[in-house]
Amino acid sequence: MATAPEIAAEDFSAVVMKHRLQIFRFLLSSTHDVDLAETLTQDCFLKAHRNWASFRGESSAMTWLMRIAINLQKDHWRNRRLQFWRQTQTHAVDMDEASEWLPSGERSVEQKLLARERVGKVAKVVEKLSERQRTVFLLRYVEEMELSEIAQATGLSQGTVKAHLSRAVARVRAEVGGKR
Amino acid sequence: MKFKNRAGKVGEVGRACGVGESGDGLNPEQDLELLEALRDFRLSVCAWSEAAMSRPRTVAEMGRHRIWRLATVSALGCVLIAGGVSGGIYEHLHRQQTAGLVQHRQGATIAEIRVTETDRPAVVQRDQPAREEEEDLLAKVDSDVSRQVPAAMEPLAQLMAGDETR
Repeated sequence: MATAPEIAAEDFSAVVMKHRLQIFRFLLSSTHDVDLAETLTQDCFLKAHRNWASFRGESSAMTWLMRIAINLQKDHWRNRRLQFWRQTQTHAVDMDEASEWLPSGERSVEQKLLARERVGKVAKVVEKLSERQRTVFLLRYVEEMELSEIAQATGLSQGTVKAHLSRAVARVRAEVGGKR
Repeated sequence: MKFKNRAGKVGEVGRACGVGESGDGLNPEQDLELLEALRDFRLSVCAWSEAAMSRPRTVAEMGRHRIWRLATVSALGCVLIAGGVSGGIYEHLHRQQTAGLVQHRQGATIAEIRVTETDRPAVVQRDQPAREEEEDLLAKVDSDVSRQVPAAMEPLAQLMAGDETR
């Protein structure tokens, strides 16, 4: 018979396996730095493991983990701002590099080029968004989270999430172009 | 311009984006171009993250230049530390030596004074015969000298006696 802590450990391992990629993806798209995203992902799961016993299941594990990741990311940027005199080595890449990873699928060469151009434009706009707008935008359009989940993960009200999302989309639309 | 065709490897990448379903202001008919851009953006981020996650990890080799710099800085640091420590020890020993010398001199002076004070009667007693002998000798010389020297008015008195006879 497995003991309660063993069951909890098994549960946590399953959670890590299930959500590791998603957390890493969010952090990577926020920071554009593979090493930093990996470090923050590790920190996120470490923090989650320490507080696993206190997780009451009021929200989904994913939302809870995402909240930890968002806070860690905020802390990181705050510390970077405070240590402005320190020349920290950064491995951040241009988002154009990310657009190179666009799967070509069944598209023609022309379509691929167009798609890449569009992705580059979106990436540039996303880079220029405010921290909150970017977080909300990425959670919605990359992680495909519902507005209620985003509200839980960010600690904002749904109305505020909608407002941030609407502004972010407006900026992307202005850059990429659309009917409105 | 290169494209990395990773279709079929990226798992959930091919899943529909699902935008416009939850009241975020996007209309699938009117915002077709924007929705496509958002979908492509998501696909690229997903593919990038999966590739980054599964990349082989390498430990960066330390450059020779960096090793030399590290060695130089370490050596200089060691020299500075050794210099500081040995200087401190030398200063400490020097002070101790000086303090010991001063103490020794003071001790010797005090001992000398003590010896002088305690041995004075014995010294006086020891030198007593010599001193008496010396005093006797001086007295004898004085008496001899006073016997040989004429009295102060004696030559004049002789002259006066001669004049009277003439």
